[in-house]
Amino acid sequence: MATETVEHAASACVGPSGSAIGMPQLCADWIPNQIFWLLVTLAVIFFVLSRVALPRIASVLAERSGTITNDIAAAEDLKLKAQAAEAAYEKALADARTEAAKIVAEAKAEIQTELDAELAKADKVISEKTAESEVAIAEIRDGAVKSVSDVAKDTAGEIVAAFGGKADAKTVTAAVTARMKG
Amino acid sequence: MLQTKRMINVATDVQSEGGLAFHPLDQFIVKPLFGDGPVGMFTVTNATLWMAIAILTIIAVFVLGSKGRAIVPTRVQSVAELMYSFVYKMVEDVTGKDGVKYFPYIMTLFVFILFANYLALLPMSFSTTSHIGVTAILGFGVFFAITALGFILHGASFLGLFWMKDAPLFLRPIIAVIEVISYFVRPVSHSIRLAGNILAGHAVLKVFATFAAVTLVSPLSVLGVVAIYGLEVIVAGIQAYVFTILTCVYLKDALHPAH
Repeated sequence: MATETVEHAASACVGPSGSAIGMPQLCADWIPNQIFWLLVTLAVIFFVLSRVALPRIASVLAERSGTITNDIAAAEDLKLKAQAAEAAYEKALADARTEAAKIVAEAKAEIQTELDAELAKADKVISEKTAESEVAIAEIRDGAVKSVSDVAKDTAGEIVAAFGGKADAKTVTAAVTARMKG
Repeated sequence: MLQTKRMINVATDVQSEGGLAFHPLDQFIVKPLFGDGPVGMFTVTNATLWMAIAILTIIAVFVLGSKGRAIVPTRVQSVAELMYSFVYKMVEDVTGKDGVKYFPYIMTLFVFILFANYLALLPMSFSTTSHIGVTAILGFGVFFAITALGFILHGASFLGLFWMKDAPLFLRPIIAVIEVISYFVRPVSHSIRLAGNILAGHAVLKVFATFAAVTLVSPLSVLGVVAIYGLEVIVAGIQAYVFTILTCVYLKDALHPAH
């Protein structure tokens, strides 16, 4: 009986030429079919979306936002590290500069002391040599004076002898010495 | 021009005099896919076929497209994510945080209508959402589900939806009557809006296409088909959006009936 009504309805909505009679939307006999398949379709879509697609997309979106947040944090971290590294570099550079300046100063000071020591040494040597020379000169001068006095004594003695006198050495020496002093 | 207007008016089932056959509504005929028998409740028809194609397309976009779970999405995955975020944000914005648990239901409605609307724009396809039998189930389904939800969540105080507390006392009963009427009109307008838009657009397309057979006006009619088709592409998206956002608005009323 049900089939009969359906058959009747199907022909009621489609004319003999195969085109629709009235609005197909209002053909009551096609509606149960559409309702049934619509409900099936919605159930399938809901099942697919709620069981598979939506949780998956939600997790992907959450994961992505997590990744982005992490990446931004990591970038921030790296930036801080880079800044720290830059500061360390600057500090190292400044340290190196001061160190270099210190080394230069030290080297200068060392050279200066060495130079001073050398100079002092040289001065000392020079003064020593001078003193020695002075002594030698003094000796030479003394020797010369003595020689002169000796020569003078000898000469005086000879001269006295030549004049026929007998000069005793002691008197001659005293006379020469007295003469030379004057 | 008057002649054509008259022809469109009688276009439903009349063979016109000029040899032009206007059957703009024949595209909506439901027929069995296999054989020529009657259309019973469980018969596999062209409606079944196009709903199945909608399901497969949805699976292709949402399941196969997001299979990679890529952090940097592929094109299809980004389309699926875009729709997800779009509807999710809509539900969250309109209904608030507590409406988010109904998001899968609203998403189901949205993707079904969207995909059915766009698949209907393929030549030779069947427009499932142009049938009032389909959209009425969607519209009344939303209506009954939301009304039931309102009473379950708020009991009798859900009726406060109709009782304007900030209106003058003597106006309140009148407003309540208007509110009740508008509440019951909701599912009707909700479903007829969708079916009407799709039906009208496709019928107009068919009429323009029929005129393409007349040499004199065929360039104009082809241009018209292109223009109407472009309009229909917009309408298909907008109607899916409108249906969904109205569902969200109604859901908000059920969740927060106090005005």
